[in-house]
Amino acid sequence: MSSRRSRSRQSGGSRITDDQINDLVSKLQQVLPELRNRRSDKVSAARVLQETCNYIRNLHKEADDLSDRLSELLETTDGTSAQAEIIRSLLTQ
Amino acid sequence: MASMISDFDESAHRLPEPKRKKLRKIETVNQDQAKNNQIRWRSLAEQQIYSSKLVEALRHSRRETSPATISTRSRAVRETADKILAIAAKGRTRWSRAILSSRLKQRLKNHKKAKAKSKTAAAGYSRPTNPAIGVQKKKLPALRQRTRVLGRLVPGCRKLSLPNLLEEATDYIAALEMQVRAMAALADFLTGFNAGASNLAESSNRLEMS
Repeated sequence: MSSRRSRSRQSGGSRITDDQINDLVSKLQQVLPELRNRRSDKVSAARVLQETCNYIRNLHKEADDLSDRLSELLETTDGTSAQAEIIRSLLTQ
Repeated sequence: MASMISDFDESAHRLPEPKRKKLRKIETVNQDQAKNNQIRWRSLAEQQIYSSKLVEALRHSRRETSPATISTRSRAVRETADKILAIAAKGRTRWSRAILSSRLKQRLKNHKKAKAKSKTAAAGYSRPTNPAIGVQKKKLPALRQRTRVLGRLVPGCRKLSLPNLLEEATDYIAALEMQVRAMAALADFLTGFNAGASNLAESSNRLEMS
């Protein structure tokens, strides 16, 4: 990472503040299913980052599994274009 | 977006108060935008729009090429889903722009060179890591290491500063959740559809035979 890390105690205050970082970290915490219900002062930033990584990896895995499923289903569904039209119209209702 | 903030960072050093106020204004505008994005990703309307665009894109890609193996087909579905997701983001976030631009680079590579390079092309937006660096990483403090890992997971965010990375990650997660919801709904629907279609075919056969 570059030297523009937030922990720099430079004067001027125009650098990214710790408060800003804490705010973003707590926002991220709210999104994570594992940590949502814990008090933010009990969860460290490192923990939030770790859970974020785990969660993103899980979501990627789910997307891959669903892609597998969808590619199989589309093979068998691939009938006439009329069928696909029905699918599309039903989904946009 | 992110680069705008960094520009203001530097100028705030030299210029008097008014510039600082502008900096805060830009930040709140971005925060509002981030909030709006979060609401959007979670709305049913957005999910439905995504679903229908996804179906259309999947039909289109299957008509163009019919890849031989199951894993290639699955990979194609995933890539289409990611592409449509990135388009849905409307260029507001770095991760979405990175997905679209890396795809473009992939296409140029494929046109120019033979499929010998298919391994790097198929990897998409992840790159192979140097094992020597991996050993070194253990000595970094936990926060820094996790930041680095996160930067690798979110497309196009390897060299981002921590606050920007956190913003991108928050938006990326909301978008991914929508993607998963939409794909799961589509899969369930198609399962039911297939079952219905085969029932219909069966019963119509029986009618014909009787």
